[in-house]
Amino acid sequence: MKPEDFDFISKLINEQSGLVLTRDKAYLLESRLMPVARKRGLNGLEDLIAGMRARVDKELTQEVMEAMTTNESFFFRDIKPFEIFRENILPHLLQSRADKKSFRIWCAAASSGQEPYSLAIILNEEASKLAGWRTEIVGTDISVDILNKAKAGLYSQFEVQRGLPIQLLLKYFTKQGDMWQANSKIASMVQYKEYNLLDSLLPLGKFDVVFCRNVLIYFDQKNKTKVLEGISTLLPDDGVLFMGGAETVLGISDKFKPVSGQRGVYSLTRNG
Amino acid sequence: MKTCLIVDDSKVIRMVARKILQELEFETIEAADGKIALEACQSKMPEAVLLDWNMPVMSGIEFLREMRALPGGDAPVVVFCTTENDIEHIQEAIEAGANEYIMKPFDSEIIQVKFAQVGLL
Repeated sequence: MKPEDFDFISKLINEQSGLVLTRDKAYLLESRLMPVARKRGLNGLEDLIAGMRARVDKELTQEVMEAMTTNESFFFRDIKPFEIFRENILPHLLQSRADKKSFRIWCAAASSGQEPYSLAIILNEEASKLAGWRTEIVGTDISVDILNKAKAGLYSQFEVQRGLPIQLLLKYFTKQGDMWQANSKIASMVQYKEYNLLDSLLPLGKFDVVFCRNVLIYFDQKNKTKVLEGISTLLPDDGVLFMGGAETVLGISDKFKPVSGQRGVYSLTRNG
Repeated sequence: MKTCLIVDDSKVIRMVARKILQELEFETIEAADGKIALEACQSKMPEAVLLDWNMPVMSGIEFLREMRALPGGDAPVVVFCTTENDIEHIQEAIEAGANEYIMKPFDSEIIQVKFAQVGLL
């Protein structure tokens, strides 16, 4: 790929999604965009980039965005954050929201649905404590294609084995040929919406818990700050933010501080 | 170092599993069928068993039932690893005392995640 083509496409992707692509990621660009070029019957990446430069085909740009922003996901990814949610955050919500009996969770990069469905499973497993409660899980992603997969709730044998304990697979999924279908118990608990994290987050409404894990690592400093500050406005004083284990707010935003002993969990600094 | 008994009649599968488990810092022992595996358990119970279903001489499910009945046989964490991927087989395995279930084909990530879930890592 010519350096000027790489620069053009990485700038466009950065502007539209916040994703940062350095030149050492040229292989990623090529491996993900070749299938888009093939699907459209184009002769290769040069034709694809020429089409994007012409800016006449908005769908092509959208397809490129989707190809670049889609990441593989796991059920109960990294295990620990979900244990913290079940053992620490959920009991707090049950106690502190006992009056209104409701809370909302946002998965900011829901991808193909594994994270929101993992949370729906935890809430189902704790159903006896949640009788009479209204709980909402909202999953957003910039990619329409991946959200369609999430909504379908249909996973390959390979996908369900990435993180889903066998007992939970049997309880919350039904087998359909070679695939596994999320059943209505969890599917009905999650709403999906297409959303760009760089847009104003206010239309999403308030949330008690936000999962924004392994997303900001792809953003530049300015956009990381923008997203974190945006999230902080959606949370109540005791709201919590989950980020990836390798991510940090240090030097990015002073709105959040790490919760001691709970790796990847952040609370608001305005809460003292 | 924890010991994992790999029970599979395929030499290739045993080799692949051995490499993955050794990278996860398990000491491995191998058996080509349930009967050999049972003898290994009678001599010394491993911490973990990675278990195929269909094998000559003694199947995985027969081995599991007999092993669970041995003194100390409730201790090993048993992870089935088989091409049998229907719900009936999975339920039968759990009822017989399996802790986890991997449907072949598998990769190192699946083994790692499943072993972590059952507290082996």
